Amino acid sequence: MLDPTTSAPPSRSLADRYAAMPAYYRWPLIAALGILVLTIVQGRSDTELLTSGNTTQTMLKWSIPLLLAGLGGLFSERAGVVNIGLEGIMIFGTWMGAYGAFHWGPWGGLLFGAIGGAIGGLLHAVATIQFGVDHIVSGVAINILGPGLTRYLSERIFVNYEGGSQTQSPRTDGLGEWTVPVLAGGDLFGWKSPDVLGWFVKKDWFWVSDIAGMARGLMFRIGYFTLIALALAVIGSWVLWKTRLGLRLRSAGENPWAGESLGVNIYKYKYIGVILSGILAGMAGAFIVLELTGQYRGGQTQGRGFIALAALIFGNYRVAGIVTGAFLFSYPLGIRFADFGGEATRALLLVIVLALAGVMVWAIRNDKKVDAAIAGVLGVATFIWYFTTDAAPDWLPNTMPYALVLLVLIFNVQKLRVPEADGVIFRRGDH
Amino acid sequence: MNPLLRRILLASAAPALAFFFALVISSIVLELSGSNAIDTYRTMLDNGSELETMVATINRATPLFIAGIAAAIGFRMNLFNIGIEGQYVLAAFVAAIVGAEINLWGPLHVAVITLTAMLVGAAYAGIAGVLKVYRGVNEVVATIMLNFIAIGGIIAAIFPRVLDTSPNNASNQGTTPIAESGHMPNLNGFFELFTREIGEGAEVTGVLIFAVVIGIAFYVLVARTRFGFDLRASGMNPLAARAGGVPPGKMVIYAMLLSGAVAGLIGMPEILSDNHSYDQGFIRGLGFGGLGIALLGRNGAVGVAFASLLFGFLDSSSAVLQVSGSASASIVVIMQATFLLAAVVAYEVANRYRQRDEIQRAAATTGVTA
Repeated sequence: MLDPTTSAPPSRSLADRYAAMPAYYRWPLIAALGILVLTIVQGRSDTELLTSGNTTQTMLKWSIPLLLAGLGGLFSERAGVVNIGLEGIMIFGTWMGAYGAFHWGPWGGLLFGAIGGAIGGLLHAVATIQFGVDHIVSGVAINILGPGLTRYLSERIFVNYEGGSQTQSPRTDGLGEWTVPVLAGGDLFGWKSPDVLGWFVKKDWFWVSDIAGMARGLMFRIGYFTLIALALAVIGSWVLWKTRLGLRLRSAGENPWAGESLGVNIYKYKYIGVILSGILAGMAGAFIVLELTGQYRGGQTQGRGFIALAALIFGNYRVAGIVTGAFLFSYPLGIRFADFGGEATRALLLVIVLALAGVMVWAIRNDKKVDAAIAGVLGVATFIWYFTTDAAPDWLPNTMPYALVLLVLIFNVQKLRVPEADGVIFRRGDH
Repeated sequence: MNPLLRRILLASAAPALAFFFALVISSIVLELSGSNAIDTYRTMLDNGSELETMVATINRATPLFIAGIAAAIGFRMNLFNIGIEGQYVLAAFVAAIVGAEINLWGPLHVAVITLTAMLVGAAYAGIAGVLKVYRGVNEVVATIMLNFIAIGGIIAAIFPRVLDTSPNNASNQGTTPIAESGHMPNLNGFFELFTREIGEGAEVTGVLIFAVVIGIAFYVLVARTRFGFDLRASGMNPLAARAGGVPPGKMVIYAMLLSGAVAGLIGMPEILSDNHSYDQGFIRGLGFGGLGIALLGRNGAVGVAFASLLFGFLDSSSAVLQVSGSASASIVVIMQATFLLAAVVAYEVANRYRQRDEIQRAAATTGVTA
């Protein structure tokens, strides 16, 4: 705490300096420090997966459905419409994606996934905006409709295709891959460029090689679809915060009555937001089909629509936050794929203990006794768990995202700010 | 027009409209996919008038009704208990384990299993209630997360340890079956007083008694007690309710506990009547189904009963459609979903119409233009 008598030359604590940094310094700094923690924990465990390129490569790939659907949720909720129907819309996207891919190749799959999602979004938009149905209610109905309709369509259509059945489509192809030249050794106009980050990885320097390895995983053999999704994240952020469309769309989510009084056609922007939300969720479904499983299968979304919602809330209704959430939630999965002994996942428990310890320190410094106590109890419990097991169980990576979001909400670490009029049923001319 | 008649007409117009709309959509889907809609409906109705199908309908409707009431308790005070799914699966899982561990005199055994399920359901729902009241966590988000933690985490962690590995049960990938004393007797004898003998293999689940009791209790509680009044009041206008001396936080926690306790019973037909154990094939999705049922039934005991019977009938028709080849079995899910969507829209439209109607009539009687 600052003492007023001695603060004549304002002594700047580390936290103050950090807060004063621009975001493009802060984010890499956090990432680098996070990797340092992972490196140290890894040094004490019998694993190299925590900072390996394979882990980040898988993480990136598996994070894209969450990212796309999360972006979808962002557009909808920024326009003031809660969309828990993301899961159902994503299921439309998987089916349509497989259908399009079967007939017109992977790009057709992408397009059809988006169209399927748009139809789902339109349904939600008409119910909530036009008819004023409660947003959760409409979302629940769409989540019931999604699996039923796609199963019906499969029974009618995929059954007749070779390799298809009542629950799955024929195999489909992905969109193709690309490696960043120079940094990760990709081809540049036929020239085999050097692999700079790969060189660092081979040196096996403490922390440096770990950073290089994780960075290389994000650049090595990335799918074109992944690139499109990342580009959409950037474009989405720009549209929402730098364009007239974005401003008006957000006004529909913050204070539609004020927006309307200024002549903004609130219904129109709500429609745009919810249909865009459907398109993005549908693309997320198409991504699962084209890039992850290579075919449509019943129930293959596995609740990703809900995880995307979790990423959205975790990310505080911002694009950068959603990307972080999607990465963080997919990271345990990235480890899991190569972690046959469960050793690396167990090491993650130690990372969680450290994070909870951090929360505890933060809570004590801010004089939040209850928060400190909760974090302390959870931390000690996790620590005991870490010590009493040799290998983390299968279910842990799948459950982590949900537990993480609950923790974030319990501690409210990020001071979540939901759009002011999110979930409010707005009626034109009704003041 | 007579005001009472007018109200009844308005109230029944919405479901009728929704039913008609759902029928049109389903017919279009059926015709487009090469089935004959009229034939399909006839097959369903013919089959539905069989006594055994009615039994299947009741068996299917029973858990749906309980789920609908669980959801309705929350909806009545504007609480969205999306976590019914996780609550009932977890409750049934724990109840199956506890039920297999003990061996008591019949009714007591059943009572212990039932109470365990209610307690687990209530406790798990209570977490979301406490988080909402004390940490301001939105219950929709909290219960969604808790669903996944229950099914993907807690059950996945414990299930391998409680698997019944005894040699006479090697094929059953589930918990140890509950002893005979913990089985709920079926109600065939009661129903046969009124009908012909129910065919082999069809048993009316005894859990139907629970459903009836819950339905009556829900009606009395909400419509006839102080608690029910507080519940509805804080749902309609929390600020006014607070001014009237209703503690909003307490009501949230009570409602969640109650909703969760009822949700705990959803899996009981499976545990007490059908399987007597929790296994891989344990029925999922009734929680979300219950949300739909509650919406369809307008959160009232009678409405929920009708809605669950309708959904139960549609579900029990899917098998015969598959066998007769008149349409794909999944058409019933499409019917359910379109009916649900059409119903919520129709209710909303009717509601708006009613409001406008009331304003106009009030204006007409007082002479003030609205």
